[in-house]
Amino acid sequence: MTRPISKTINVPVADGDGDRYTLRMGPQHPATHGVLRVDLELDGETILKCTPHVGYLHRGFEKLAEHRTYAQSLILTDRLDYIAAMSNNVGYCVAVEKLLGVSCPMRAKYIRTIVGEMSRLCSHLLWLATHALDIGAMTVFLYCFREREILLDLFEKLCGARLTFSYTRIGGVRQDVTADFMSELQRFVDIFPSKVSDYETLIDTNRIWLKRTVGIGVLSADEALSLGLTGACLRGSGVDYDIRKHRPYDAYDQVDFEVPIGADGDIYARYRCRMEEMLQSNKILQQCIDQLPPGPIFNDDAPDLVMPMQGERKIEADTTTYGSGLIKFIDEHGSHPVGDVYVSTEVPKGELGFYFISDGSGHPYRMHIRSPSFIHIGAIPYLAEGGFIADLIANIGTLDVVLGECDR
Amino acid sequence: MESMEIAKRLQAQFPDEVLDAYEHQGQRAVIVSGEKIVDILRWLRDDSLMDFKHLMSLCAVDNIKRMEDGLLRFEIVYNLYSINKKHSIRIRAQVREADHSIDTVTTLWTGADWLERECYDLMGITFIGHPDMRRILLPDDWEGHPLRKEYPLKGKEEWIGLTKIIEKAEELRQYSFGYKKPKESTKSSESSELTDKQGND
Repeated sequence: MTRPISKTINVPVADGDGDRYTLRMGPQHPATHGVLRVDLELDGETILKCTPHVGYLHRGFEKLAEHRTYAQSLILTDRLDYIAAMSNNVGYCVAVEKLLGVSCPMRAKYIRTIVGEMSRLCSHLLWLATHALDIGAMTVFLYCFREREILLDLFEKLCGARLTFSYTRIGGVRQDVTADFMSELQRFVDIFPSKVSDYETLIDTNRIWLKRTVGIGVLSADEALSLGLTGACLRGSGVDYDIRKHRPYDAYDQVDFEVPIGADGDIYARYRCRMEEMLQSNKILQQCIDQLPPGPIFNDDAPDLVMPMQGERKIEADTTTYGSGLIKFIDEHGSHPVGDVYVSTEVPKGELGFYFISDGSGHPYRMHIRSPSFIHIGAIPYLAEGGFIADLIANIGTLDVVLGECDR
Repeated sequence: MESMEIAKRLQAQFPDEVLDAYEHQGQRAVIVSGEKIVDILRWLRDDSLMDFKHLMSLCAVDNIKRMEDGLLRFEIVYNLYSINKKHSIRIRAQVREADHSIDTVTTLWTGADWLERECYDLMGITFIGHPDMRRILLPDDWEGHPLRKEYPLKGKEEWIGLTKIIEKAEELRQYSFGYKKPKESTKSSESSELTDKQGND
């Protein structure tokens, strides 16, 4: 299969049974969606044992955040799930606002809902493209990227960046939306449902697609809950759990949408859930465009770099360490409430939770990121063992994992 | 159910275990001793009024800078949510001082497996009864547990595995994988072209 390059890599292990051997898939493998390594013990094509290895992208965000102020840690969240960075930004800001007791103006809430749903569309489009590509439906890939490109252009118009945005702020968003942006978004919302039906005509009743997805990777509701799966993976098994409905944040209690629920718990059910979710996101976008209220986009009591000097907070130029160009943000001790909160938001991959402990200083005493991808990758052995190696690829795709978020 | 009510019932069920309960920003937390954590969480999961089927997060906290509050050195924080009843609670279990160990909850939630391995890796807490207690994010030969407060953010020490990787890269260099070294090949081709031209002239 692969050329042996040294004695330890990809060499069949002879243990009396001729067909049984170990195979290391990854960390550089296109179907693992990042640097995921899966050690497989195979008997022919059947997986006997499957051990995922992660950590290749570990950057120590939780440790780093303890040494930064709340406003400074925002850019770390861009690098979690880099496919839907805006959702992470929103999740982080919602959590810090809850911790510090900072409120957010209504217009900013609506804008966050818009960018959060755009981000969900981006992520689901990329998921559909790569998942279909892994299974063998190559045509969908370019169609999905065509629509994703429109969204990335919109993001660029909004904040100047295409992937790592750092757009939201604690207590608001950085910039207001322009009329140009809104009209282009409206144009996108108008055409997008027809595009989704385009994808469906390509794969929805495709015989190969059905053979690869229906009845594969089946999880019952109890199993999915026990494994800690969230998002479309849990809803595909028939559990009605969407944080946007259960613990509404931003403007999700102001808009009307449905949560698609699957029944069979297989790959096809999760695929249908995500396809329906895209249409629901489109519906939310349309409502946000119609209802977007006027007003400020930033709250006055929010701790942020761009706000004017106020109260106990100061902005100083740090001339000693990094040169005069860098602005250092100082939060006086005692200006933050002491306590801990756990706040989670519904990101495209599942439930992204932030657990903060504040000791009253400007830095978090402890920040824990509950990343859905980390827990989903932990579920791979339960889905893959006993199945075929080709189904492992489909299972990794259906869990929709991103290794940047997994390794943190 | 009201979060206050949950804490009261938990107190009634396990009077010796519950140490404290408080509320912050509308979220109720209960501090318990870690000795019977599996029993507490099993009751919370299986009791029909509690019904906390969803383990939202599990993480370890180093309390060394706030031990004056009567806390032990480490604690494990469980955030639970009931999807049917739509209520949540946070359980903060104090970890035994002697050997920094606590019972595993993988028997209740299969998904706790990796979360507990993460606590072991980054905070050095051993989970008794865990099926596969290995490091998860860091290499197996890493020294120390980075999320402990005494672990520095920056340092000059080098991870011991790095030298091994460099040695391995040197060893693998002999397998050229069919690629020519860029500098030599361009030079030789240029010089051969030159000689060819001269010969033709």
